[in-house]
Amino acid sequence: MKHIQTLNENTLQNTVQHGGCGECQTSCQSACKTSCTVGNQTCENEAQKK
Amino acid sequence: MVHRFENNGYRIALDECSGAVHVLDAETYAVLGLLDGLEGKAAADRLEHLRQMTPAQAVRETEMQAAKEAAQQERQAGKDAMLQAAKDAAEHTTRTLAVIAALPPEEYREILDEIRELADRGMLFKEDTYRQGLIDFQKRKTVVKALCLHIAHDCNLACRYCFAGEGEYHGDRALMSFEVGKKALDFLIENSGNRRNLEVDFFGGEPLMNWEVVKRLVAYGREQEKLHDTNFQFTQTTNGVLLNDEIMEFCNREMANVVLSLDGRKEVNDRMRPTRNGKGSYDLIVPKFQKFASQRRALGKSYYVRGTFTRENLDFASDVLHYADLGFDQLSMEPVVAPPEEPYALQEEDLPRLMEEYDRLAREFVERKKAGKGFTFFHFMLDLEGGPCVYKRLSGCGSGTEYLAVTPWGDLYPCHQFVGNPDFLLGNVEEGIVRPEICNEFKLCNVYAKPSCRDCFARFYCSGGCAANAYNFHGKITDAYEIGCALEKKRVECALMIKAALAEKA
Repeated sequence: MKHIQTLNENTLQNTVQHGGCGECQTSCQSACKTSCTVGNQTCENEAQKK
Repeated sequence: MVHRFENNGYRIALDECSGAVHVLDAETYAVLGLLDGLEGKAAADRLEHLRQMTPAQAVRETEMQAAKEAAQQERQAGKDAMLQAAKDAAEHTTRTLAVIAALPPEEYREILDEIRELADRGMLFKEDTYRQGLIDFQKRKTVVKALCLHIAHDCNLACRYCFAGEGEYHGDRALMSFEVGKKALDFLIENSGNRRNLEVDFFGGEPLMNWEVVKRLVAYGREQEKLHDTNFQFTQTTNGVLLNDEIMEFCNREMANVVLSLDGRKEVNDRMRPTRNGKGSYDLIVPKFQKFASQRRALGKSYYVRGTFTRENLDFASDVLHYADLGFDQLSMEPVVAPPEEPYALQEEDLPRLMEEYDRLAREFVERKKAGKGFTFFHFMLDLEGGPCVYKRLSGCGSGTEYLAVTPWGDLYPCHQFVGNPDFLLGNVEEGIVRPEICNEFKLCNVYAKPSCRDCFARFYCSGGCAANAYNFHGKITDAYEIGCALEKKRVECALMIKAALAEKA
């Protein structure tokens, strides 16, 4: 595209099918402890990663 | 909905519900503005409508619409009290329309075609279709997967902003016994269902004040994981005062992550983090943290140098950069959460300054990364290709359900921030959860349960924010802490700008 550069292909919609296994880390166990950020966490579900 | 924003010279569109991120040229940014606030069919219809017009016609129509809206707002707000926000919006629209008016018709059409293609591919104007799925997801039986063990309600520092009342959580000083800790691990195993990875954070107070128990509990956990086919991920927070070679060696072997508390520049750190006898802690802890971090880096193990910024260091980007200058490369810095009457509490009037600081930090982040001296910053980390599933993103942090805090005497609370508040006492490690109704309240606390989150562009990144912050400021966990929200939104925008800047390099 000439005017738009898209940074990511894998959309949130794609996670609906394989999501929800709950194996991911609990948000507050990492470095925050006072706020909440989940967008930076890693998915632990191998099926979804594919 | 599409969230359009400009940051450090980049024009970015985040399609909220697909998660797609687009970097736009100035003309496309302006044209996309003609579709602000629309999604799904409404956006598609408007797009078709715009394609039937010339740029001049589209501008005229939008001007007329904007004038109508402005008149309506003026009537509502009173002629002399037209809101500044509305005035800003009107000015913005005028600037945007000037860009569109100057577009050659074929370029205008070309831009609309690109927008339409992305919409057709589900990467623009995607509607929020996750609500029902999330409701079903939340009906599932949840398991406990993480414990925050308050191994010591005591501390050898006297940090001025400590939410834990200098380690004592507004109660008595206490150390967790091995027996209580062991029961906590048993409780976790028993309540973790089929989950394999179990997380245990040694927290305080200062956990190293009860180091022997930490070591014994890790040994006990290692025994139990063999028996139950589980895997304990231990993590440890420390202020570093008691850190020594033996502890570092143990942590390097056993702890998946360590969080090292330091507030940045010496004068900033020592003002907020004095020792019990009023001296600064910087000189005592920094050399130990440097050694520890370098060992962990060599081993490929995670660590975070983590600080808190307050109203007394609104130029906190300098503190984060100071970490990097000290040689640390995994960094986190959190805004203080404090009662508004405290002199160091962040106030709404500080927000413009704080926004500038995040922008400055993000710029420096990119520059250092490009110069081969990059670091990670917890709140700028974003995995656009992978990252958590939409359920995780919408269902909250897990406090009160998957994540519980355990006091030195074995009481269970929804998270470390609620410890000491009897209204949130859930039970204890002997009897388990005795007040499940509180857990249910937490379980249902998702972005759709929070009026201010439902339409927020950042809802897929903050998951509805911190329940404890909401409770502390508004008395209910389904509310939102406004200053925290404003900062979170800014951090998400900065994180996306960084992605745009680094993609440009590639």
